[in-house]
Amino acid sequence: MIVLPESFERGALTEAVFYILLSLYSPMHGYGIMQNVQDLSNNRVNLGAGTLYGAINTLLEKNWIHSIPGEKDSRKKEYQITESGKSALVDEIKRLEELIANGKRITGGEAK
Amino acid sequence: MIHVVWKAFWDYEKEEKWLNEMSAKGMALTGYSWCRYVFEETEHNQYAYRIELLENMPNHLESVAYIKFLEESGVECVATYTRWIYLRKKTSEGSFEIYTDIDSRIKHYKRIYATWNSLMFVEFTGGLANLIIGIVNLSIGENLGNFSYGNIAIGLSVISLGLIFYRLGLPIRRKIKKLEQEKTIRE
Repeated sequence: MIVLPESFERGALTEAVFYILLSLYSPMHGYGIMQNVQDLSNNRVNLGAGTLYGAINTLLEKNWIHSIPGEKDSRKKEYQITESGKSALVDEIKRLEELIANGKRITGGEAK
Repeated sequence: MIHVVWKAFWDYEKEEKWLNEMSAKGMALTGYSWCRYVFEETEHNQYAYRIELLENMPNHLESVAYIKFLEESGVECVATYTRWIYLRKKTSEGSFEIYTDIDSRIKHYKRIYATWNSLMFVEFTGGLANLIIGIVNLSIGENLGNFSYGNIAIGLSVISLGLIFYRLGLPIRRKIKKLEQEKTIRE
């Protein structure tokens, strides 16, 4: 019997998704996410509004984030990470740690 | 002061580049309808422009929600034309890109490519049908009536219209191919 891999969710998260999930440990609206990602990455990652919008909708569908009624400005929707979103992020961090450890070990830690 | 410029583009990214060049000269787009651009004089380089093809018409609920989201992030929709939207953002508010990863860029290009392709298909089918009716009627000695040349003429012009859509899709197809190649090695 052929055993299929458990799911596609074992793959790498995109950089955008990784930073969006990280941002949403505190509730934020779309524009807040864009600014936060920019800050976190020292201006390296600029999320386009279209890319962000697509990612938010996919993450909502997967139930990795959920929307909450905005507090300050009720017209703007705010989002927050869910438990399954957190566990996806934790898995990704483990995967990245493995990559970094192997990378440093074999290249002799040139990236120190 | 309002300026109207008539101009046609094969490639929406060249159009986008031109709009940004105009903005750099202090001509900010405020309206568009078929090949007709309306500009307003502003300070030089006040706005950055982007053009996007939506999945639905701009008044569709999904599009309305998306445009609202854009507006919340400082992006203004200055014109809509069929499913195309013309967007701008103040240059003082940082760089302006709609799609910043390979996946979403491919998705957008594919949407554009599919649009030109389906229009091309419609034109080719209609044109070919007219052409065949004309030729068949001519070959049976115009038994069905005296319309062969009319049909052939209509057929040929509709087919050339189809070729225009083929021409529009060409640069997009190249860009999709290039991005998909890039995607095999990076995100």
